This record gives sequence, structure tokens and C-alpha cells, in this order.
Amino acid sequence: MDFPENLIQDLRITANKIRQESIRMVCTAGSGHPGGSLSEADILAALYFYALRIDPKDPQWSDRDRLLISKGHACPGWYAALALRGYFPMEELSTFRQINSRLQGHPDMKKTPGVEMTAGPLGNGLAGGAGIALGARIQKKDFHTFVLIGEGDFQEGCTWESIMFSGFQKLSNLTCIFDYNDSQVDGPAHEILDVNPIKEKWLAFNWDFREIDGHDMVQILEALVWAKESNEKPSVIFARTTKGKGVSFMENQAAWHGKAPNNEQAERALKELQAELM
Amino acid sequence: MTEYRMLREAFGEALLELGDEFQNLVVLDADISSSLKTDAFAKKFPDRHINFGVAEQNMLMGAAGLATTGLIPLACTYATFASMRACEQIRSMICYPKLNVKVIVTHGGIEVGWDGPTHQATEDIAMMRSIPNMTVVVPADAHSVPILLRQAIEMDGPVYFRMGRNPVPVIYPALVKLTLGRASILRKGEGILLVVAGSMVATALQAADRLDSIGIHASVLDMHTIKPLDGGTLTNLAENADLVVTLEDHNIIGGLGGAVAEYLSEHLPRKMKRIGVQDIFTESGVPDQLFAKYHLDADAVSETIINILPGK
Repeated sequence: MDFPENLIQDLRITANKIRQESIRMVCTAGSGHPGGSLSEADILAALYFYALRIDPKDPQWSDRDRLLISKGHACPGWYAALALRGYFPMEELSTFRQINSRLQGHPDMKKTPGVEMTAGPLGNGLAGGAGIALGARIQKKDFHTFVLIGEGDFQEGCTWESIMFSGFQKLSNLTCIFDYNDSQVDGPAHEILDVNPIKEKWLAFNWDFREIDGHDMVQILEALVWAKESNEKPSVIFARTTKGKGVSFMENQAAWHGKAPNNEQAERALKELQAELM
Repeated sequence: MTEYRMLREAFGEALLELGDEFQNLVVLDADISSSLKTDAFAKKFPDRHINFGVAEQNMLMGAAGLATTGLIPLACTYATFASMRACEQIRSMICYPKLNVKVIVTHGGIEVGWDGPTHQATEDIAMMRSIPNMTVVVPADAHSVPILLRQAIEMDGPVYFRMGRNPVPVIYPALVKLTLGRASILRKGEGILLVVAGSMVATALQAADRLDSIGIHASVLDMHTIKPLDGGTLTNLAENADLVVTLEDHNIIGGLGGAVAEYLSEHLPRKMKRIGVQDIFTESGVPDQLFAKYHLDADAVSETIINILPGK
């Protein structure tokens, strides 16, 4: 599949901006989850600026594609992507986690335009997305539902109920994107509770499976197109990612799952990210 | 001759009519549609019935997702499974965003009998009542069900609609006028106020009959909506009472008794007695025998009241 070089370049820049804004938000708030926000940034850029059929001016448009982020703690990345896409003013990002803000510590669908489902307690997003996909089927609507999950979601039981359910129901209008950064609060996921083998699990539950490098923009775009075209089964994009991607001292460091950088650290992080754009 | 009917049967029948009327109504089951009596709906509206299998958390999340697309999902299972297995989904993912999901349960209370404590929900009302945005409805008989169910579907927001398993006396006429959030005065007496909900309403009326026969005339109030609690009607009746008794097939902690005690202690303190499951797990058995053993039948209730009458 051929994508124009300038599209790829624009999306990379957007992903970089999502990363920068995530760092700023978490630093300003003094709390939050930078690691997972950095790992998902390329995927979010591709979704919001290429794949999703959406209208930021009409967030409740009934025929819009849906994106749910089940790993709700990674909402700095989500909020940054939504603001960049025009769902709300960029200035609002600095209110993250503060009193009277629309940007809660974990996403609240009733407060934040573009947030399709409340999230935070892991393991619920895919099941909610399956419900939305089912609602589309019942009402004969052609929108597509994407759900981004992480290892934590994959360890929760409800996720497995929904993987079984969606495979059985052949919800081809549902795509799960697995942001596999192999890092969770207590350390590397493969040391805490290994979720491997992964491909065999999805295939056994009757899903279409595709593995990509979650930071390779061309691979991401190809996979999203593939997912939308899948018409017999639900599809999963297994994206290998790096937690803390783009900030050297955060990469693959579980400690940066839910810790805010101080001003000096944030400055270093932003410098590194900005250098990438030079 | 008293007519006995199962509330879940009335629920299943009501669904057939409501399904025609509300084209966006969808019914969700977790492998017990034959027990919840939703199978007739499934047959009549196959495209609007989804069986999730034995996976209640997934069913409640499915309901959340469906609700966001404009459908009105009724997620049906037993009270223990909905309120406990899927408690987080109900609390954080449905009530917090105030999604229009109706949680329909049967097998509430020890009246489940034979299945034993694992299947006897005696904490569910307390749990559901403490969640913001949740409405808690506990209909008393087969005729209350279609009336209150319709209003639960018409209102926007989550509802926990709790029924029992067994046939109980029909106390209301068909098409009775009941309003969600407004308690129903069944009997006006003096001195004693019996506040009751669910299948115990019939028991309360029988107990009130026994008290009548010895010259004690109790008021009986059907608090079919436990949340929001109808404090107005409650205080009106409690004003003329020296003793307020609550009666429920539920732990005395946190359910109807808890709700009434909370309200009255702030607004109109009265001597109270909470009759219900006394913070214990009971056991398997024939429901009537369980009610007798655990002091929840009409004889035991009237005796309890006589023993604590003011001045005694």
C-alpha cells in the first residue's frame, strides 16, 4: 500500500506533538502516566488524523467511528490527540487532573468531548467496544469501533469474556489495538504475568490477527486499513511498542508508568522530542 | 382466594408489549433467559436479544456500549451475579457516566431458598443504593412489575430492578397506579408504621391483619422505590407513629431498613425496628421454612412487633 510521504511525515510530527503535550500535562499536574502515553502516540496520530471517520465539531455524530482507550491511565496521550484534532482548545490541556477541569485523571465520557467511554479500571474497554459494535450491527450502521488496550487489560478476566464473545459474534466492525509495551507498574509484564503467546490466543478465539511495529507509521496505517476491511471476524492489531518511547530516560522504564517528571526532567524530555523534529 | 404469581413471569410478559412500543429496547441475558422469562422476548424479537453466556461483567459492559449508541439495554441476571460479579462495571462504567442501562434481576433475598446463600442476594440493595445516579426499584407483586418497569424504561439513567424467584400473593389490582419514587400507602393505621418492599409486602399485610385482630392497627407503606426514597410520604406517616418497623428480604444493614433509618434519624427520629436477615448467611431450604426459621414470616413479624410495642 502506498501512502504519500508528506502524510507519513505529518503523522510523525503529530505523534511527536502528542508526546510533548503528554509530558507537559503530566509535569504540570505533578501526577499522571507518561509511559503509556508515549507508547501509544503514533497509533493515536494515525487514528485521529487518518483512519477515523469523525467530525470534531460534532463529537456525538451517530455515524462516527469510535475509538475507546481501555488503558484509561494513558489519557494524557488521548487528551493531547483530541485537542490537536480540535475537540477542545489546546490551552485546556494544562488543566489536566486539576479541580474543575474537563480532563479527569482517568477519562470521563460525560466531561471530555471525544472520549467515547469512561475508562480507568482495566479490562472493561474491549467489552464496551463490543457492545458499541453490536449496537451498530443492530441499528445497521456502518461505523467502525476501535479499542486500544494494554497488557494490564489483557490480564483482566473481562477482556477474555469479550474476546470470546466478539469472536463468536463475528463482530467484524470491531478492532482491538494491543499497545504491547511489555511494561506495567511493578516491572516488565513478562516477569509479572506473561501474556505470551499472543497470536495463538487471538486466533484460537476466532479473531483476525496482524502484528506490527507500533512506532512504524506505514505499518500502522496499513494495519488500520486492513482492520476496517476485515469483514468476517473482529480484528486485532498487535502493536509492539516501547513504553516511554521518544524520551531516552523513560524508555522501557517501568518506574515511568505513573510518575510525573519534575521541571528539569520534563525540559530534558521535551528537548529530546523537539530534536527529533529538527 | 389469594392469587399467587411470579414477578419474573409478569416481567417476561410485559417485555413483549414494551418491545413493540420501544423499538430501541434490547434484552441481554447471561445464560438464564429461561429463568428470567426473557425467552419469549427472544423469540419475538430475535434481533434485539443477545445472550452473552455466563459472563456477567462482559454483559454489563456490553450494555454500557449499547447504551452509548442510543439503545436501551435491559441486562438480566440473578441479583447476586449482577450486583457482585459485575459491581465495578455497574458502578464505574454505567452509573458514573449515567448510562441508560437497566439492570434487571431476580432471585433477590433468601426467598431463593433451595439454592442456598451463594444464590441468595442479601446485600445487593445496600450495594446498589450506595452508588450515585442509581435508581433502585423493588416491586411488590406481579401487577406492580409492568407499571414500574415501564417507568424505569422511560426514565433516562441506570436502574436496578429487583425481583424474587417465587410466586407471591398479588396485592394490587391490574393496571394499578404506581409512580416511581412515590411510596404506595396500602393501609393507614395508628401508632405503628410498617415500611416494606418487594415480596415482603404481602407478608407485611398478613402481619398487619394479625395485629388488627388484637386491636393494633398498623399503617403499611410499600416503598417500592428504595432510591430515591420517598421521604415525604415516609415522614407524613411516621408523624403519627411511635414505632417504625421496616421489613425486607435483605440484610438489615444498608437496605430498606438502612435507608429509612438514615432518613428518619435526620428528619423525624422515631423508635425503629429493622426486620430482615440479621447480618448472617442463612442456608438452603423450602422458602417458607426459611422465613419461619429466620423470623421473617407473618407470625414472626407480628410477634416481633408485639414484643417491642412502646409501653410494653
